[in-house]
Amino acid sequence: MGGVSTFPIRTNSHGMTAASETPPNDGPPAGAPLAIELRGIDKRFGAVHANRDINLKVRKQSIHGIVGENGAGKSTLMSILYGFYEADAGDIFVSGNTVSIRSSNDAIAKGIGMVHQHFMLVDSFTVIENVMLGAEGAATLQAGREKVRRDLKNLSDEYGLTVDPDAIVSELSVGLQQRVEILKALYRGADILILDEPTGVLTPEEADNLFRILRQLRDQGKTILLITHKLREIMAVTDEVSVMRRGAMVATLQTANTSPSEIAEQMVGRRVLLEVDKGPAKPTEDALVVENLTVRDRFGVDRVKNVSFTVRRGEIVGLAGVSGNGQSELLEAISGIEAPASGRVLVNGKPLSHTGDPAEARELGMGHVPEDRLRMGLVKTFEENENSVLGYHNAEGIGGKVVIDVDAVRNHAKAHIEKYDIRPPNCRLKTANFSGGNQQKIVIAREMEEDPDVLLVGQPTRGVDIGAIEFIHKRLIEMRDAGKAVLLVSVELDEIFGLSDRILVMCGGEIVGERLPDQTDENEIGLMMAGIDEAADKAAQQTEAAQ
Amino acid sequence: MSLSRGELPRWVDYGLIPLLNLAAAFLVAGLVVIAVGENPLEAVELMLFGAFGYGEGVGFTLYYATNFIFTGLAVAVAFHAGLFNIGGEGQAYVAGLGVIIVCLALDQFMPWYITAPLALIAGCAVGGLWAFVPGYLQATRGSHIVITTIMFNFIAAALMTYMLVNVFRQPGAMAPESRTLEEGGRIPRLDWLFDWFGANLGGAQLNISFFLALIMSFLVWVLIWRTRLGYRLRTLGQNPTAAVYAGMRPPRLIMIAMALSGALAGMMAINEIMGVHGRLILEFAGGAGFVGIAVALMGRAHPIGIVLAALLFGALYQGGAELAFSMPSITRDMIIAIQGLVILFAGALEGLFRPAIVAFFNAQYDRRRAREAAQASSAPAGE
Repeated sequence: MGGVSTFPIRTNSHGMTAASETPPNDGPPAGAPLAIELRGIDKRFGAVHANRDINLKVRKQSIHGIVGENGAGKSTLMSILYGFYEADAGDIFVSGNTVSIRSSNDAIAKGIGMVHQHFMLVDSFTVIENVMLGAEGAATLQAGREKVRRDLKNLSDEYGLTVDPDAIVSELSVGLQQRVEILKALYRGADILILDEPTGVLTPEEADNLFRILRQLRDQGKTILLITHKLREIMAVTDEVSVMRRGAMVATLQTANTSPSEIAEQMVGRRVLLEVDKGPAKPTEDALVVENLTVRDRFGVDRVKNVSFTVRRGEIVGLAGVSGNGQSELLEAISGIEAPASGRVLVNGKPLSHTGDPAEARELGMGHVPEDRLRMGLVKTFEENENSVLGYHNAEGIGGKVVIDVDAVRNHAKAHIEKYDIRPPNCRLKTANFSGGNQQKIVIAREMEEDPDVLLVGQPTRGVDIGAIEFIHKRLIEMRDAGKAVLLVSVELDEIFGLSDRILVMCGGEIVGERLPDQTDENEIGLMMAGIDEAADKAAQQTEAAQ
Repeated sequence: MSLSRGELPRWVDYGLIPLLNLAAAFLVAGLVVIAVGENPLEAVELMLFGAFGYGEGVGFTLYYATNFIFTGLAVAVAFHAGLFNIGGEGQAYVAGLGVIIVCLALDQFMPWYITAPLALIAGCAVGGLWAFVPGYLQATRGSHIVITTIMFNFIAAALMTYMLVNVFRQPGAMAPESRTLEEGGRIPRLDWLFDWFGANLGGAQLNISFFLALIMSFLVWVLIWRTRLGYRLRTLGQNPTAAVYAGMRPPRLIMIAMALSGALAGMMAINEIMGVHGRLILEFAGGAGFVGIAVALMGRAHPIGIVLAALLFGALYQGGAELAFSMPSITRDMIIAIQGLVILFAGALEGLFRPAIVAFFNAQYDRRRAREAAQASSAPAGE
């Protein structure tokens, strides 16, 4: 390792100066009626200045995108608008009137609705019951239920938001659950809808569907605020886009008059390589061998079916697939978290025990960046330095057999913070107080710095901002060039194509094909992922039936 | 300033708020005292004097606190691993078996400093085993630890009654208790410590197990925050999925945490058997296992907090007994009600005053910011 010691996320040397000094707000045309105006919004959390003197104008009946890196202050700003936080300073105007929003009830009363990234639904309730929550109407539910049923019908007719009102929410697809969230907001009389990273959990198809709905809502008079870090979405659906960087609003642009690279530049303050820059792979011997692996879940359903493949030193193998087709289970089985029903995994020629033991996998030289960092890769309530040794807490360098040397752990963490530019650079800070991108860097630093021979990487850039994505991709290429075997699992096809030297496609728990990235295209892979292939088709149906 | 809006200084968080809660508890308790026609100020004075006013009172306060420290630490260790051990009472009680067996075997031949460590080991082993079984059931069978530890309290009570009546009772004696221990089965009282301060321990049963409690507090702190095992326990407690990911073995950790917890609870048997009674008696744990839950909650599962909370409850016990003695209209039950109020306000209603205090500090913060802004605008700009 050690090719790049530090990687500056932000340089002032080139590229950005011209962009950042142009007058930032060429925003809405003068005189257009405004749905929302924010003036001088300021908010601090401890040493973190989350929002600095934010001014924002959102035109009525428009789709307004808010982009920015993680930690740029988008979510804080929206939380202020929705009443979760109170701004330290500044004014909020809704339809030209100054308002004070101290709780989400205030926001709802002002016609502001929010669709959260993580849905606020009661899984075991029906759609109607969820929509009624907080607006039950009377002591008994009967009257309210009938009213909701009528109103839901009107709403779905009006906006094309069809969903079965009596379905149990947990039985709906993620896309439909999101629709319920939107219906909830509309039912409460929202004229202004805030959507926080709405496509993070959606398939591309569901995302397209969502955009269609958003356009329709706009055309019927609603105003939509879309928070995202995906530039493609901004270009696809918004009318205007405001860019935030490090707590400040740096630009508001007409989407039609801008380009993804201009927005990206504004976001990170310098030119961004949207393409990954890498040389040809020089693969050598097999480092990870997976033989006939089958993983069965606790209901007896085979999630991974007889999967075999190898990853060689010096190459990145991308595992593409629609989320939920066995990739997660495969990763967990390879890393020893779940015991496989049959088959085996070899690291550097040595087999892992059948019972599954992540500690043993690490000893054999396997690093694992898990798909869901908060569920698995981090302990939110720990200080950053404590998470920097998670999984390696028995290592020799950080204490004796029994006692942990806290100073050694902190120095260890400080080295990661410096090398991976983790911000804020405070190893005593609670991990929950870091942004998503920085939390991911904590995990990546930990797993990469242990110098594993095999690195499993699940969704490395999920919920991570552009600057950090570029950084993470670079490090993965560096790992490869240093002769490591990298298995990359991602639902982002761009990422798979950008990084992989070979692409495996998974569908219905099976690997349905292998392609070289320069001999295929996103269409072909997309079709394979969707199981448009006889064998894969059958397998997918089986899983479906099993569920 | 480093503090931001919405954040409280540590002295407020850990000092002012607990004190306010305590004050509220006493205020309500004062109303109760008024209701029975006594003077609440006088009652407080009697209570404080009873707990801290003279050597014997202090001795009793510290003696009670010793038990509460052990049981509080026991709850805290399990709590850090995400386990709620309600069974401290039973674990302490059963640990008495280990202690008394060693004492009965050795007290006539060995000096106390040989007997005591062995009795401690035996007591910890039995107490630990009593907690290990629910831990094992939780780890391998998924039986809920809260339910099983409560059940084990009842089993412990039945077992101990049987043992006392059928095994340890002296031939011909009526009382279900073991024979009285000789010198070699008694640990020294702390008269000398009180003599230093010119006080008199009197009849109070304070003994060297008080120091053991303080040492264990330190060791528990080391365990939780400075050892690899403690790191694993905390990971398990905060995020079991991450613990699996990190290669830890939750079933094993659950059993270890419970065994340690039971061993800590078991240490109070040393205080009671070797320090106070000099024999095994019925119900010697006397509810200290349950008070330990309140102590651990109030002390926020931190050893320093636990020592302080244990002192508070020790004072309530001792001062309360004194009060009941001096004011006949205040019965023993009312003392328990007052203790309950303290638990209510300090534990369950911990957040009662917080919003108001946060609002106060936010207002302070805004004023300071405004002043700074005014200064900044009057002075020439420059960061």
